[in-house]
Amino acid sequence: MSARADAVLDRLLALAAERFGKAREALAPEDDLFDALEIDSMQALSLLTALEETFEVEIPDYEVQDVRTFAELAEVVASRL
Amino acid sequence: MTVAAEMLDPTRYASLGELLEDALLTFKTETALIEVDRKKETRRLTYLEARREVLRVARLLADHGVGPGDRVAMLLGNQSRWLTVAAAAFRRGAVLVPLDYKLSAEEQARLLAHAQPKALVSEQGLLRRFERLEARPSVPLVFDVEEDWDALPPEGAEAPALEPRAREDVATIVYSSGTGGVAKGCMLTHDAYLEQLRGLMARFPMRSGHRVLSILPTNHAIDFMVGFVGPFSAGACVIHQRTLRPELLQPTMQAYGVTHMALVPLILEGFEAAIRDSLAERPRWARRMFSVLGGLNELLTAAAPRPEVSRALLAPIHEAFGGELEVLFCGGAFVDRARAELFYRMGLPVVIGYGLTEACTVATVNDLRPFRGDSVGRPLDGVEVKIHAPGADGVGEVWIRGRTLMKGYLDEPELTKETITADGWLRTGDLGWIDAAHHLHLVGRRKNMIVTSGGKNVYPEDVEGAFDALDVEELVVFASGYLWPRGLTHERLVAIVRPKRENGARPSRDAVLAQLRAHNRRLPDHKRVGAVLFWSESFPRTASMKIKRDALAEALRDAGERELVAL
Repeated sequence: MSARADAVLDRLLALAAERFGKAREALAPEDDLFDALEIDSMQALSLLTALEETFEVEIPDYEVQDVRTFAELAEVVASRL
Repeated sequence: MTVAAEMLDPTRYASLGELLEDALLTFKTETALIEVDRKKETRRLTYLEARREVLRVARLLADHGVGPGDRVAMLLGNQSRWLTVAAAAFRRGAVLVPLDYKLSAEEQARLLAHAQPKALVSEQGLLRRFERLEARPSVPLVFDVEEDWDALPPEGAEAPALEPRAREDVATIVYSSGTGGVAKGCMLTHDAYLEQLRGLMARFPMRSGHRVLSILPTNHAIDFMVGFVGPFSAGACVIHQRTLRPELLQPTMQAYGVTHMALVPLILEGFEAAIRDSLAERPRWARRMFSVLGGLNELLTAAAPRPEVSRALLAPIHEAFGGELEVLFCGGAFVDRARAELFYRMGLPVVIGYGLTEACTVATVNDLRPFRGDSVGRPLDGVEVKIHAPGADGVGEVWIRGRTLMKGYLDEPELTKETITADGWLRTGDLGWIDAAHHLHLVGRRKNMIVTSGGKNVYPEDVEGAFDALDVEELVVFASGYLWPRGLTHERLVAIVRPKRENGARPSRDAVLAQLRAHNRRLPDHKRVGAVLFWSESFPRTASMKIKRDALAEALRDAGERELVAL
């Protein structure tokens, strides 16, 4: 994973934990984000909107359609920075 | 001030390439394409500017030997370049193969291997997904509209001529989902599209000045017509935004005064929530006022829509959607009648239609004169619809005939023969009846499948595997509309489960439900099972131990759906 993606991952985990009321320490990069956050795909899109605001990027919905883990999501965001 | 040119007459053209070229020349200075992201407009092209782009892409295709009859695959999210690249491919006389960008990379690779295109036009985010695959697609020319755009031949490079095509030549190969991994590539001709355009635009004419927000995938039949060929043939403007999130779409509708949109019931549901939220924020007297005004609007628009009346009566609701909406085309799945009626009451006409990829775009559509939320409309001019072998209640399989039907499935002559009869009727596999006003009503399916409110076809057999590890005696998945054909607005997948019995004790249904829910969560939303029916008898099986689905379905039909447990 690139250094950039690492940095994104760090902020992503903090943001996701806060947004969905989980402990930051309870989330690991390779966790399935839907299971770990107990969210559905519509809630996942709202997380995407929050990430876009944080990182000031625009990510088409379909680029994250087969993303399952936090690490994969961080890679997609990092590739757009 | 310019005088708006008339809509092009589709009967005057031999091919989509010819029609699009004429549109690009006729509507010159009209705005053809606008692209926005959440904060700003990122692209805007007039028809002439769009034509310059078309010529550059056509030059590139020609330089790589892509010509008449060659296949050009498109794997691209909705954006202005989708349309200019498609127009360039048609200019070359090529056959467009629009792939669904929402499929998995594996499925896309499989379709590419089946279609054998000479060129693939795509974008970084989607191409990157192929890198993980063991068998990556091999296509002679891969053009990335983000990375490679600047490398296009410059403007002014010698423009390749418009390649003539005949009406009966294949224009596109559009994949329709099949069961068990069969790739069903519907070969649609130029004649099918031009005839479809004629029929649809006669009922819902467009003109320059209309602004269409294109959010359904353009690879899908509905947006290909409503978000591309239709508006282009009328000099209207197509707006693209790469998201389906309602909170991001609404500001765009407001900023551009969107007049037309094609959507699926799922998005309509999101809009309804937005309307209800905006009403809930208002004081009680205002809500009561809206209810009265909604009733008044209904009265005044009973015979036909009157946008100016509705906008005046219900301004706040209309303003939330930009204040200029004329029509919402809704298809892909079945629209809830109450929802369609609510929108009409608010002065936002939802046009409900019915079609299949095998029949181009739509076969029947409502004409709003008067609005009806209970049917999927009347056949378009030139399309024949009949009920095959109706029962005493008039319900039978819906058959369609006309020039808009596909030529057949690519490389699947047997499957084509099973689908289209010798005298040209398409067996849809859907069950319905036709009323005295010639409106078609759909009630169920002869084929075991559902169409989700997001417009996706799902075959139960493809979902069963996800429940293999479940600790039950037997499990099978059916489509609700196949078992109990009583309307299709809430169709869902139903798991039929025979729980284990250990030492004669009654199995705990709660434990089975908990397991089912856990497995369900791992499936994509559209593939999730919606309800469970516990069944105590052994499933009927063949000598080779395969479940006899027909026999089981018959038994389930008799038993009814009273005992369904929602998941």
